[in-house]
Amino acid sequence: MSIGENIKLLVDRPDGVYCFRLHHDRVYYMSEKILKLATNFSRDKLMSVGTCFGKFTKTKKFRLHITALDFLAPYAKFKVWVKPGTEQSFLYGNHVLKSGLGRITENTMQYQGVVVYSMADVPLGFGVAAKSTQECRRVDPMSIVVFHQADVGEFIRNEETLT
Amino acid sequence: MGRKLDPSKKLKKGPGKKTRKQQGAETELAKFITDEDTGSKRLSSRARKRAAKRIQSLKKPKDVAEEKPKKGFTDENSKWLKPSKRKRKIDEQESEDDSDEHWEEEDDDEEEEEKVVEKKGGKDQQKKGVKGVKKEADDEDDDDGDDDDDEDDDDGDDDDDEGDDDDDGDDDDDDDDMVDDYGVQDDSDEAAEDDSDGEDLLPIERAAKKEKKQKKSKAPDSDEDDDDEEDEDDDEEEEEQESDADMDEEDELKTNIDEEDKFRLPKPEEGLLPLDLKAIYQRIKDNIDLLCNFSTKREEGKDRADYISLLKKDLCTYYSYNEFLIEKFMDLFPLSELVDFLEANEIHRPVTIRTNTLKTRRRDLAQALINRGVNLDPLGKWSKVGLVIYDSSVPIGATPEYLAGHYMLQGASSFLPVMALSPQEGELVLDMSSAPGGKTTYIAQLMRNTGVIVANDANAERLKSVVGNIHRLGVTNTVVCNYDGREFPKVMGGFDRVLLDAPCSGTGVIAKDPAVKTSKDEVDINRCAHLQKELILSAIDSVNADSPSGGYLVYCTCSITVEENEWVVDYALKKRNVKLVPTGLDFGKEGFTNFKKFRFHPTLRLTRRFYSHSHNMDGFFVAKLKKFSNIIPTAPPGNEDEKAEAPETTAATEAPEEKRSNSDKTKKTVLNKAGGLKQENKANGTAVTKKAIINSQGKKELHTGPKKAKVAKMDGETVKGTEAKKATDDGKASKADTKEGSRFEKKQATKRKTPMKAKNRMGKNKFNKLKHMLQKQ
Repeated sequence: MSIGENIKLLVDRPDGVYCFRLHHDRVYYMSEKILKLATNFSRDKLMSVGTCFGKFTKTKKFRLHITALDFLAPYAKFKVWVKPGTEQSFLYGNHVLKSGLGRITENTMQYQGVVVYSMADVPLGFGVAAKSTQECRRVDPMSIVVFHQADVGEFIRNEETLT
Repeated sequence: MGRKLDPSKKLKKGPGKKTRKQQGAETELAKFITDEDTGSKRLSSRARKRAAKRIQSLKKPKDVAEEKPKKGFTDENSKWLKPSKRKRKIDEQESEDDSDEHWEEEDDDEEEEEKVVEKKGGKDQQKKGVKGVKKEADDEDDDDGDDDDDEDDDDGDDDDDEGDDDDDGDDDDDDDDMVDDYGVQDDSDEAAEDDSDGEDLLPIERAAKKEKKQKKSKAPDSDEDDDDEEDEDDDEEEEEQESDADMDEEDELKTNIDEEDKFRLPKPEEGLLPLDLKAIYQRIKDNIDLLCNFSTKREEGKDRADYISLLKKDLCTYYSYNEFLIEKFMDLFPLSELVDFLEANEIHRPVTIRTNTLKTRRRDLAQALINRGVNLDPLGKWSKVGLVIYDSSVPIGATPEYLAGHYMLQGASSFLPVMALSPQEGELVLDMSSAPGGKTTYIAQLMRNTGVIVANDANAERLKSVVGNIHRLGVTNTVVCNYDGREFPKVMGGFDRVLLDAPCSGTGVIAKDPAVKTSKDEVDINRCAHLQKELILSAIDSVNADSPSGGYLVYCTCSITVEENEWVVDYALKKRNVKLVPTGLDFGKEGFTNFKKFRFHPTLRLTRRFYSHSHNMDGFFVAKLKKFSNIIPTAPPGNEDEKAEAPETTAATEAPEEKRSNSDKTKKTVLNKAGGLKQENKANGTAVTKKAIINSQGKKELHTGPKKAKVAKMDGETVKGTEAKKATDDGKASKADTKEGSRFEKKQATKRKTPMKAKNRMGKNKFNKLKHMLQKQ
């Protein structure tokens, strides 16, 4: 899931400088103002600052969380739109099949990180393109085109894991 | 419809069917009509009927008198009382015995007549009202017609009689149905003789007349069963309510009062009768009714307390509360509202949602939800972001809009404290008890994600939902932490606004959690109150009074008890430099200023209470406080001597406070200067230099009110003088100072020299401390 140079846009924002900080193996994104104030609180009592983008797993891999969606969605280079019927399915954590695919950005590479939208342009979550755009056109309706990574349904399903 | 009277019709004679048919009113009435009645006038059909009736009734009293000698009136009255007595007796008899006696009186007894009359009279026989002759006639016509139409041919023979009998009995009954003329019918017969139709008297006048007669007839009548009860207990009601409906009511009241009389009986013998719920509910209603009209309905020898204790027990049983809570509610609400309140606690309040204006608009959200099949409406005039959900085909907590963070499920009453708080953009806000995060996110959306919000909660589990909701709704300016609220000013202070939604006993949200009904008692309430008092003090201490745009604290609970609400706020008013300000909510009940043994500050009127039965939202209490000074009074504020003598001590105690460090430091420097400059006189020049030194250190002059005065006194100057010199005064402070100043000026005039000398001596440690601090700067 790459947003390329757009990362700069996340850091230098018109309303102040924002930064990423690591706390309890989680990466938080916040403005510097909040950062200063957050120093008032002791480490073990602090639960969350700003927005949590993701966390480092025990094996030190970085897993992007759904909570980062709002920030990354506008900067996403590769997007996938999903048909209304498939919305619910995706929100339950299923992969997207060719039959549910509405639109896809041109030139999407295989295994490219994508942001999944509904037809009303509401961001639903993250995924990984299983097939490149070219292949998507040819492949049969029952095959997977986007692997599910994170969706907004997790807010309800996985409330515990958010912190 | 009735058969038209047509005298020219020939009557059939003979044994055949046609002769047995009802001949029509004309011929039948002719049997009854005598010359005296018809007189010279050619009467109309109705007049003829009336005349017939009159004759009938004239005949009857003789019969009745014979049958019921015990009812006889005194001879003096018998003449003019006769007709009414007769009527009365007819009515009474109708009321007592549905069939037999009544029909015995009739000249023509027919079974079918009885049936018919029973049908009609069954209900009506309870009635006491007797209608005007005219009206009787009207009904009679209708009755006859109806009877005629309804009856089968089998009854044809009897129709004649029926018509006659209807005249007697049904007239009264049906007339009673139709018209309510306050039971004047008895008079009307007499009156009819005087006045052609008894119309000259107003109904009320007729009723009064009848009343008089009834009173006189009470003694002999009392033997009658129904009469007894009616007369004895409810004279007033009897007289007042003479129409059919009222007659029924009377009997109900009669029976109610009988029951209530019986209420007392179970107590001494066997406790409460284990009645079914419906009976208990009826008893509750009756009891309340009685208590509302205590003087009229009470039973002799029983006082209010008895009825009330019975009511309490019934309420406890019916609504499943413990006695403690029922007592609390009885204190809070008048009896008329009590049942409404308890009923409202049984049902859930409507589901409401709050639009997240960070991501969408209410219009768009409503549209999207309607498209999904949700039935909703805007919440009310007072909210621009609220929507109430009536029903929905999809689960409201799981729509894609919900998941995308376009709205939040939140009770309507939870909107109120945030609206009262009205946080501005760029402020520093603390939400001391934020789980599950509805209010925090509302604050964030009002601030448009600017400024900083600190969301705190003592419970780590519930804090997860705060984090979840914050992320879901796209709030970016929040720090979430897990402290006990009472630690707060130590951890961080100087907030512009603080919201404290204190943990409470939950007596306002019984609809959500019925367990409260039985689990709360005195100890719980007091424990909650104690915790709330500690929390509110911490909250006040965390507010920065000198904040340019704020200095407000909103205290709210979802409880309706006075101990947890007004008492806590009153405590805060006494202990800290805060005052109540209007909440900005234009609806809701005002808080109590006096309640049982409590006497609160009059500004408690500015707080607001909300109830489930009157506002259709969860029970709630909101109070908005403004902090006007950062000083913590060590003694009750307003005690000038103590303030004057204790500036040093307060300075010392405030030393550890962080956020007030600015003001403290200046104070200490001032003290230091005072110590060092004790030789100098208090000329303005020196003061200027002192001030200049202080100001040059770049510290903000944060003195307000009493502190300023104290400082000024230390310097040996008038308050106004110091005001003029201070560079960084803000308007507010100076206003406060002028008020305070006047108080202190006189003192200073007298004490000018002494404080300096007396207080120039400082403890060694303090002096060293200050020296160190100055050196650091």
